[in-house]
Amino acid sequence: MTTETQLKPEHHVEELERVTIRFAGDSGDGMQLTGTQFTRTAAVFGNDLATLPDFPAEIRAPAGSLPGVSGFQISFASTEIYTPGDRPDVLVAMNPAALKTNLGDLKPGGLLIVDKDEFEPTNLKKAAYESNPLEDGSLAGYQVVPIAITRQNELALEGLPLSAKDKFRCRNFYALGLILWLYGRTLDTTIKWATEQFKRRPDILEANLRALRAGYNFGETTELFRVQYRVPPAKVPPGTYRHISGNEATALGFVAASVLSGLPLFYGSYPITPASDILHELSKLKNFGVKTFQAEDEIAAIGAAIGAAYGGHLGLTGTSGPGLALKSEALNLAVMTELPIVVIDVQRAGPSTGMPTKTEQADLLQAMFGRNGDSYVAIVAPCTPSDCFIMAIEAFRIALKHMVPVVFLSDGYLGNGSEPWRIPDISELPRIEWKYAEPQEGKFNPYLRDPKTLARPWAVPGQKGLEHRIGGLEKSGETGDISYDPRNHHEMTLARKAKVDRIVDDIPLLQVTGPEEGDLLVLGWGGTYGSITSACENARKRGLSVASAHLRYLNPFPANLPEVLKRYKKVLIPELNTGQLALLIRGRFLVDAVSFNKISGQPFKIAEIEGKIDEVLGLRDEYVLEFTRSAGVSGG
Amino acid sequence: MTAPTAPNDGLISPDLPVLTRKDFVTDQEVRWCPGCGDYSILAQMQKMLPELGIARENIVFISGIGCSSRFPYYVNTYGFHSIHGRAPTIATGLKTARPELTVFVITGDGDGLSIGGNHLLHAMRRNIDLNIVLFNNRIYGLTKGQYSPTSEFGKITKSSPYGTTERPLNPIRIALAAGATFVARSVDRDTKHLEEMLYRAAKHRGVSFVEVYQNCNIFNDGAFAAFAEKEVRAERMIYLEHGKPLRFGKNNEHGIRLNGFTPEIVENAESDEGLLVHDAHAENITLANILVGMDYPEFPVPIGVFRDVDAPTFDQLVQQQVDEAIAKGRGSLEEALRAGETWVVE
Ligand SMILES: Cc1ncc(C[n+]2csc(CCOP(=O)(O)OP(=O)(O)O)c2C)c(N)n1
Ligand code: SF4
Ligand SMILES: [Mg+2]
Repeated sequence: MTTETQLKPEHHVEELERVTIRFAGDSGDGMQLTGTQFTRTAAVFGNDLATLPDFPAEIRAPAGSLPGVSGFQISFASTEIYTPGDRPDVLVAMNPAALKTNLGDLKPGGLLIVDKDEFEPTNLKKAAYESNPLEDGSLAGYQVVPIAITRQNELALEGLPLSAKDKFRCRNFYALGLILWLYGRTLDTTIKWATEQFKRRPDILEANLRALRAGYNFGETTELFRVQYRVPPAKVPPGTYRHISGNEATALGFVAASVLSGLPLFYGSYPITPASDILHELSKLKNFGVKTFQAEDEIAAIGAAIGAAYGGHLGLTGTSGPGLALKSEALNLAVMTELPIVVIDVQRAGPSTGMPTKTEQADLLQAMFGRNGDSYVAIVAPCTPSDCFIMAIEAFRIALKHMVPVVFLSDGYLGNGSEPWRIPDISELPRIEWKYAEPQEGKFNPYLRDPKTLARPWAVPGQKGLEHRIGGLEKSGETGDISYDPRNHHEMTLARKAKVDRIVDDIPLLQVTGPEEGDLLVLGWGGTYGSITSACENARKRGLSVASAHLRYLNPFPANLPEVLKRYKKVLIPELNTGQLALLIRGRFLVDAVSFNKISGQPFKIAEIEGKIDEVLGLRDEYVLEFTRSAGVSGG
Repeated sequence: MTAPTAPNDGLISPDLPVLTRKDFVTDQEVRWCPGCGDYSILAQMQKMLPELGIARENIVFISGIGCSSRFPYYVNTYGFHSIHGRAPTIATGLKTARPELTVFVITGDGDGLSIGGNHLLHAMRRNIDLNIVLFNNRIYGLTKGQYSPTSEFGKITKSSPYGTTERPLNPIRIALAAGATFVARSVDRDTKHLEEMLYRAAKHRGVSFVEVYQNCNIFNDGAFAAFAEKEVRAERMIYLEHGKPLRFGKNNEHGIRLNGFTPEIVENAESDEGLLVHDAHAENITLANILVGMDYPEFPVPIGVFRDVDAPTFDQLVQQQVDEAIAKGRGSLEEALRAGETWVVE
């Protein structure tokens, strides 16, 4: 034993099932990177996890200001988990503004690590603190660990030929090293990543690694922490895993659809938060034959996707809510011409520009009805970040087989959130069926429908003898020529609707988790899967008769939905909108569903849904949402 | 599993077909008003298409909305009558996905310069290999006679009973400003010239923009009659020809010269000396811009090719990036799924 190890204080090791940490700092402090690196380490270690990045709205808000705070929450566990956690157990606050905007979420008694060097008068003033919270006793309810991160980081980097500013920017690695130590993790994953990342900047690499190790060693040598924690790996199905965000999974899913179908992918898009990453990802994948087109606006983006689909390729376009609004007229052209395009909507808080960096699921009715005329499209919605991969394939599987536009409703929470993902075997993936038109007897009729699916033939330019004209004007179902015939329009409208309805035979039944029948069904869709599933699990642990079901197919609904709804005394529909699915369910099935709504730009907390469940089951008074001054306010 | 090869590649007929005008006529009854200038454009197009030596199935007509945009129904190729102003977007997607196709965009002055102005601008800026034909009747025909972005200032129409208070756009100037690599103007009445312009536009590699002065005999009759009628044409229009001095008149007796940056008419110019010589291949658009400023009655109206230059096309550049990436190794889905850090759970 060396003398050095003898000097190390004894750390008691405590095992935990689940921990939620939030890293918060100024947008210049690299908190997203810290969070991502911690996430990768936890993922490689084998924890189940979920993350919630929370960016400020401003790209460069003034340093140290409240609107400039950026946060990243990760929950990791030795059991299966579905959400990034309601409230963090640990808050790392790199400056007073980060403390101010995030403290409200920290669990009572939670661990609060702050960079005490940053709590000086200027920064305190920027964060509108009248007195220093580290000194005025206002943090008494937490385990506060003030650390001189800035100064210690400086010391660790002493002598390196970097500017003071560059050195300051390594503080996040110091903090990361410390937290990695606290949870008994190795530095390997981060070192490997940094070595690759800073290949061309050995000076920066050296500085970051020094900071990382200094933070780690500080944890080991200080007496500030009496306990070191262990969160054992989760028991998850065997396989090869990776870490994936919803937007990455979306991009990969559409590439997979291209590979599985053998049709090249065309992606038209106009940059918009939080969908732009899909464009970034796809534009890298040219070796898959992917052609990306950054259009002049969202209308051009969908127009181009329609053009590609008309040409017999996979026509894809992607946007967020305001962009979907712009696309509606062209989407109707795809409805009318019955071309198989897919439209991604990574929903964000609206209306109008709303809160671009915040999540919401309020475009369901826009997707369903937001067009002139009786216009039907198929709608799918992934329920977790990795589910985006499967639902992307599903979107094109449906579009191509049924010759129908499909809207893919993701959201900011799914798109930016991430989780470990068991990489599927290609053979497990859905099959994609499609065919181009075959010659017909006599003049080619582009509306000669498949008797089973009602899909029209897909005749693409280049096919000899199938020259035909399509367009937005109503066409005769018999000849394909323009028609104003009353009966024809009636029948064509019904046929377009029936074509979408018949997809029901081609999609899986709705799965129920929990009792087959009982007191309450909690029905959800999209990104709320995690919190609903967890809340219902908790309710069942408390002996309540509560089941949950999650809709990934929203038009048409799965065949067994009406029957599932009937098996429960009550139905609760939590949504991050004012009750859009609830409106559809009530209208379609005459079910007196209770709607539970949150429109704050933040996902549901598990406790919120549990609170509502208890209310609906008569176990408590009315449940009222509480809005803490949380990271959700960091956009100012 | 690896990235797909385009399944349509094989669909292009290798042999050059021998086609006639009739092969490009559909069974649809043409629904324009009798006497409409659109008939002439359709006829010249149908006459020109066989000369291209391209099989019908490899030609696509895409239009927006307007009287003019009915065009695809009457041409026996693939056709797409889309929505108001958006034809260039659909054509861009199609041509980018399938560069081997020959794609025409048919648009009107309202369709292309009002609601779809932005798309037109960007299609031209990208130099995507589309053949864009803009039917300029200086009026909204289909909606029955409102003024358009090319209507003259002060024009009295259904929506401007006191005269418009808007100044018009010049489509050629827009095309030049957007960097279009082929820019031409013709008139419905001059069928030979029109056919030639359509042919040259189709042959040009890169974006081609052809403005056709088109008479709407119902809502804006005679808009171009003052200079386009056969009897006055020689005096009041000037045919641009690359490398030739600018001359007009019944016997080509008058010429145009520059005074600084201002064109002036030289009546009865005996020699070509000092006359402006047209250069359609100039990279610099200054000359073309001066020409486009000439208008009746001060000047003869220039028709013909204003600009014809060579530049890489958008569709080719996109294809090239894809080809190069694939040449380095066709994407493997298995590998893409395993990109980044992975770990195995036993
Ligand atoms: C979104 C939308 N807005 C308005 C219209 C109505 N509309 C149809 S054609 C047209 C103007 C057409 O003018 P132009 O492009 O000059 O074509 P022309 O009929 O003169 O050939 C308008 C306003 C429409 N079809 N769609
Ligand atoms: S309204 Fe004018 S442009 Fe339209 S078809 Fe009649 S004449 Fe032609
Ligand atoms: Mg017009």
